[in-house]
Amino acid sequence: MAHISDLIGTDIDAYLLQHQHKSLLRFITCGSVDDGKSTLIGRLLYDSKMIFEDQMAALEADSKRVGTQGGEIDFALLVDGLAAEREQGITIDVAYRFFSTDRRKFIVADTPGHEQYTRNMVTGASTADLAVILVDARKGILTQTRRHSFLVSLIGIRKVVLAVNKMDLVGFDQAIFDQIVSDYRAFAAQIGLDDVTAIPISGLRGDNIASRSDATPWFDGPVLIDHLETVPLDEARRQQGDLRLPVQWVNRPNLDFRGFTGQIASGVVRPGDVVRVLPSGKQSKVARIVTFDGDLDLAVAGQSITLTLEDEIDCSRGDIIASGNPPEVADQFETTLIWMAEEAMLPGRSYWLKIGAKLVAATITEPKYKINVNTLEHLAAKSLTLNEIGVCNISLDQQIAFDPYKDNVDTGGFILIDRMTNATIGAGLINFALRRSQNIHWQALDVNKTSRADLKGQRSAILWFTGLSGSGKSTIANLVEKQLFALGRHTTVLDGDNVRHGLNRDLGFTDADRVENIRRVAEVSKLMVEAGLITLVSFISPFRSERQMARDLVETSEFIEIFVDTPLAVAEERDVKGLYKKARSGALKNFTGIDSPYEAPITPEIHIDTTKMTPEQAADLIVERLRDRGLIKGGWHGPEI
Amino acid sequence: MTTESATVPDIEPKPLLSPVALTHLQRLEAESIHIMREVVAESDNPVMLYSIGKDSAVMLHLAIKAFYPALPPFPLLHVDTGWKFREMIAFRDDIVAKLGLTLLTHTNPEGVAQGVGPFTHGSAVHTDIMKTQGLKQALDQHGFDVAFGGARRDEEKSRAKERIFSFRSAQHRWDPKQQRPELWRTYNARKQKGESIRVFPLSNWTELDIWQYIHLENIPLVPLYFAAERPVVERDGTLIMVDDDRMPMRPGEVPEQKMVRFRTLGCYPLTGAVESTAATLPDIIQEMLLTTTSERQGRVIDHDQAASMEKKKQEGYF
Repeated sequence: MAHISDLIGTDIDAYLLQHQHKSLLRFITCGSVDDGKSTLIGRLLYDSKMIFEDQMAALEADSKRVGTQGGEIDFALLVDGLAAEREQGITIDVAYRFFSTDRRKFIVADTPGHEQYTRNMVTGASTADLAVILVDARKGILTQTRRHSFLVSLIGIRKVVLAVNKMDLVGFDQAIFDQIVSDYRAFAAQIGLDDVTAIPISGLRGDNIASRSDATPWFDGPVLIDHLETVPLDEARRQQGDLRLPVQWVNRPNLDFRGFTGQIASGVVRPGDVVRVLPSGKQSKVARIVTFDGDLDLAVAGQSITLTLEDEIDCSRGDIIASGNPPEVADQFETTLIWMAEEAMLPGRSYWLKIGAKLVAATITEPKYKINVNTLEHLAAKSLTLNEIGVCNISLDQQIAFDPYKDNVDTGGFILIDRMTNATIGAGLINFALRRSQNIHWQALDVNKTSRADLKGQRSAILWFTGLSGSGKSTIANLVEKQLFALGRHTTVLDGDNVRHGLNRDLGFTDADRVENIRRVAEVSKLMVEAGLITLVSFISPFRSERQMARDLVETSEFIEIFVDTPLAVAEERDVKGLYKKARSGALKNFTGIDSPYEAPITPEIHIDTTKMTPEQAADLIVERLRDRGLIKGGWHGPEI
Repeated sequence: MTTESATVPDIEPKPLLSPVALTHLQRLEAESIHIMREVVAESDNPVMLYSIGKDSAVMLHLAIKAFYPALPPFPLLHVDTGWKFREMIAFRDDIVAKLGLTLLTHTNPEGVAQGVGPFTHGSAVHTDIMKTQGLKQALDQHGFDVAFGGARRDEEKSRAKERIFSFRSAQHRWDPKQQRPELWRTYNARKQKGESIRVFPLSNWTELDIWQYIHLENIPLVPLYFAAERPVVERDGTLIMVDDDRMPMRPGEVPEQKMVRFRTLGCYPLTGAVESTAATLPDIIQEMLLTTTSERQGRVIDHDQAASMEKKKQEGYF
């Protein structure tokens, strides 16, 4: 067992040589709260002698103090890490454990079985080659067992060990074991899991973990550790795929060297191989595979390498170097999303999407359906909330190279990032590209934004007025436009109320509708900027994310955010339209400032404090600032101002 | 921008007759290199914390590999508490000069002014002021947004749940509830101004992996890891080496020459030696495999209070 090999004492050099050739297996354990998962992992560590005396002494003391085994050694305490979790008696996050035997090193992702932690299980499963699914022999296949198996299959794990635990509590009864195994196989086949190895165990007593148990003479399959030591790795399959090298970083120490670095996702590469850079499609040949230890003749999936190419072609971070069947290129996809944030997914909101080394802006459509992970039913949904899984279309701001997730995890799996908090809020799997993205091409136009603006003798821009209802946005925007008009500027105004009478008449005031409202206005503003106009937008636009999205649609210098800052109490006292009164009485729902949030700008280009100046003074100030920014000067047909 | 129209190139990848089996060390190495490149591609001002010990030695070696033929595009930072073994400092200066890297050192000036030290203030105060606070000062002073650290998940229970990219608030605090899920090898390195990320490229290495890799790759180490005759006193059950004359002797204490070595290196008054004759790497690995106590046992700071490492991490300790 483990590294307690006779060789250690007698011939350490021989031992080291043997251990340098160990392989690595990553697996995940899944089970419900009381299935004995932590006990099993503790047992694996213990049986492979990975527990030192000082840790053992601490374990014995802890077992007496907080253990659940009546003072006996409680192996679960070895793996329950954070103090808060230990008190609650459950693990609440993903933990990674390590042990090794003479043949393999193992990394175990230990994830909770608790109802609301789909997120953690998907995270742990994403790096695993195999899943150990625990079932309590007394309870058989539960809803949780089905859920865990579905997630395992969704994330692409192909090998499953069904560990039927607590066999000691059912008298090591073969009939019970056989029934559970046959129930499980029937279900597993439905979700595409056909490589299932079932083992009857007792984590507490150690039966069939490291050595064959006398209590199960009827069992002729492998014991757990033997199976984990010998199960074939995914390595061979990955190496047989087409070459995919997501380019991470371009190494340019001097003008003579340009190396493309990355970890090979699939396939193999040799000097002389013809490769293509995606999405550009440019082609070249591999010149060298450069490493610190000398050039290589061959590199395989899993290795981190540096390639040089024979031709000077464009290739940068986020591109994929490929051979064989090239990856597809598209900007719209059907995807399966796993939502991981407390805040619900908002269709239409712009999120960051990171796939491989590529970061792009993405918007998500309403889900086609969400999946009940317990029954696998498809349900109608408007959005996804924490731990929900759904199928949605995603649209990107540029084309990317990809493979369907089922073909290649590294080039088909992505994470979603909130643009404001930068939190990782979801994970996604690309199912396929939507045909329409390949058929609609961007039309290159000869007359462009600059030439249109030049004709008007101005520079186009968006003046984005944001603030509470009744803050004075529209009043001030109107005054600013009058001044600009008088100066011979070409302008237009998009006003919240007015646009809601036409373009956005189908939208209400829920968070999702507010996001869509602003998305449309932002797109229209962009068209106006393309037309060369100074566009005044007057919308409450309560969320930072959407204002950021609008900002990102145009050039940095073209977006001027004007925060019309009126305290809620002042706006409510003015209540020009009587809306606050209605909202306070409950007659108007989702009213910004009352029962719907307003996220004030942190660094607006222009900040107007309406308690300190009149609308006229505010308009003067804004025009003055526009002049400072060079938006109003020279090259026009009227008098210089 | 479509590739539809491009002609299908004459690509005939040669099939691999039999798969190439990567060893666990090759896979760990590839993962660490991937992590380091990801940081360099996504951060503005990264730094590598260099503590001179064996884990730092491996991390530095991997950095050299990751960016070869360029040098690692970041400086090394050593937070010097003023109480490191003299041999550590000599080794540090030597290795940095040989590799041609930039080394920044920082010692908490307030701590120095107040004369903070382990003998006068105890291990908890000394570690907090000279190490934890000193580290925060250095990160703030240089405006580093990402710092590599050599911590491993197998070191201690609370580390087992640590992310590879560990997110810190502008006050350097670690909140176990606010850590980002890490899927596949897709790391989220985005942050707001002022926030920072600690990145642990050795997360999935074990102590044995580290030693095997040092052996395989011939990585130079501080001689303190190898057994030699050294002056020590036994104090509170721990063998402390008398590295300089700042160590006050208690009544009856006389330094003795003993064959000892260190399994882990830190401030000399806080680092226990073990009696040993292991003078080569294979000897050390042999001893480690046959030993019955974990490496952190030699560290005085971990025993201060229950769940102490977790508490220190929340406060900003690495």
